[in-house]
Amino acid sequence: MDTILVVVEQREGKLNRVSWETITAGQAIAAQTGWTLEAAVVGSGVAAIAGEVAEKKVAKVYDIESAKLDPYTPDAFAHALQEFLEKHPAKLVLMPHTYQVRDFVPKLATALQTTAISDVIGVRYEGGKLLFTRQMFQGKFVADVSFAGSGPYFVTFQNGSFRADKVEAGAAAAPVETVNADVPDGVVRNKPQEIFKEAKQAVDLTQAEIIVSVGRGIKEQKNIELAKQLADALGGELAASRPICDNGWLPMDRQIGSSGQTVAPKLYLALGISGAIQHIVGMKGAKSIVAINKDSEAPIFEIADYAIVGNLFDIVPPLIEEVKKAKG
Amino acid sequence: MKILVCMKQVPQKDAPLKLNEAGTWIREDVSYEVNEPDAFALEEALRQKEKHTGEVVVVTAGPARASQVLREALAKGADRAIHLEDDTFVGLDAYNTARAIAAAIKDEKFDLIFTGLQSDDYGYAQTGVILAQILGLPHATIIMQVEKTDGGIRVKRELEAGFFQFVDMPLPAVLTIQSGINKLRYATLIGIKQAKMKPMRKVTMAEVQSAMGGNLQKIEKLYVPQKSKNTEFLEGTPAEVAKKLVDKLKNELRVI
Repeated sequence: MDTILVVVEQREGKLNRVSWETITAGQAIAAQTGWTLEAAVVGSGVAAIAGEVAEKKVAKVYDIESAKLDPYTPDAFAHALQEFLEKHPAKLVLMPHTYQVRDFVPKLATALQTTAISDVIGVRYEGGKLLFTRQMFQGKFVADVSFAGSGPYFVTFQNGSFRADKVEAGAAAAPVETVNADVPDGVVRNKPQEIFKEAKQAVDLTQAEIIVSVGRGIKEQKNIELAKQLADALGGELAASRPICDNGWLPMDRQIGSSGQTVAPKLYLALGISGAIQHIVGMKGAKSIVAINKDSEAPIFEIADYAIVGNLFDIVPPLIEEVKKAKG
Repeated sequence: MKILVCMKQVPQKDAPLKLNEAGTWIREDVSYEVNEPDAFALEEALRQKEKHTGEVVVVTAGPARASQVLREALAKGADRAIHLEDDTFVGLDAYNTARAIAAAIKDEKFDLIFTGLQSDDYGYAQTGVILAQILGLPHATIIMQVEKTDGGIRVKRELEAGFFQFVDMPLPAVLTIQSGINKLRYATLIGIKQAKMKPMRKVTMAEVQSAMGGNLQKIEKLYVPQKSKNTEFLEGTPAEVAKKLVDKLKNELRVI
């Protein structure tokens, strides 16, 4: 029987909760294929995390340990997992599509002369073949992608594609096996320093109930003021997609998306935001989404509750007036 | 410092894309531009060269049209270009693309290799890291700063949720560059003129094919995503849609 291995993510000795989504995905694939689901955690002194994962419905958990695995480096992680997978062959290796995973999985897959399908949002098992759905062209299209070759096949899942709260608990704790990884001197070439936050975040957008967010469609820095007026009228916070912050039009702490903040407000009003994947992952949890964009095919409309196709510069001024009127 | 910048031509951000008949790829009769993170990678290479002297070489794998990306890079200040020219490069997976580039540069020794962190078409976010593995070089991803040090370089990696990390690494190395690391320059008229005199080496598929293999992943079908939400489109004049939206905000979403 084939094996599915979920490699959960830990950072600084703490389980990254997004790993539960990956376990949910693994459980769904195991149910469809009848394959065995196992999990692994990679690090130094991370047995507690292995124990936490063993409470879920998995056949076995491996605790892959080496002092060289702390702090994280792509060299050590790829080396330890390559060695592990050569001894414990898996058909399918699943991980969350985090920055850390993006940093070492292509290296690991290449070292094993195989490939990773990255940023996957869904899986289907049809006629004995696994099809993985991923977004392409910045979310304008999706593709069903299959593997060729003999594997192991690596898959990374986009945040939010599976529900962490749907992860099934096991009837009894799964066995945990400690594996001592042999990472020889010289393998690790990078010397990482402590992680840090750039500046104390001035604004915590995660607490905002209403967010007005601007994208490239705002065109010029001086037009930000228009969005600000709308945010003020609504009693909400102003935010932006990455390019706006890259340009310095708004400070970095107002950025929504994979490299910025992840928010779930009552209302997310997107002005001139096309809806690239990196932005969507930061706001798709919003209770309601309103999008104003001149491009009727902008991916943001796929997830919008209310959509207005048109020029934001025509629509926002009367919108501000109407909001003010409604609020009396 | 001798720096290689891997660049890709992708459909323009606002280009209306249509599927081909077979539903396996887009129709190619659209406008193209340089992949945005690659433009930042080029800019970073040019800045490093200005600080430390050296050479900036740009490479792309793609059809004849992709030479436009290289010409623009030469006009901005790159010294020479390598074009792996073949229509089939468009359909390669990241592993094969990296293998082709590695084969094309096998006789050169670069101190640094830059790629954009991901492409706007496939969005694999893998080619740079795979290239590093093939070449046996250390790598770092999603880089927001590059400083030369005595023993190599110190880079600033972007992590999620506003965190960063400095990493010291030896040279040669491969870095995938994040958009926004610097401010892009424009090509000057004199730059555009000089670009015409700069060398552009063409590499055919035949020259690199022996280093490549079959694709390990295959797009079975490309399609417009099924909507997961019932989107209501509000229509009318700006004044009308403003009224309609405020009505929804007040009476249905209850946020006013």
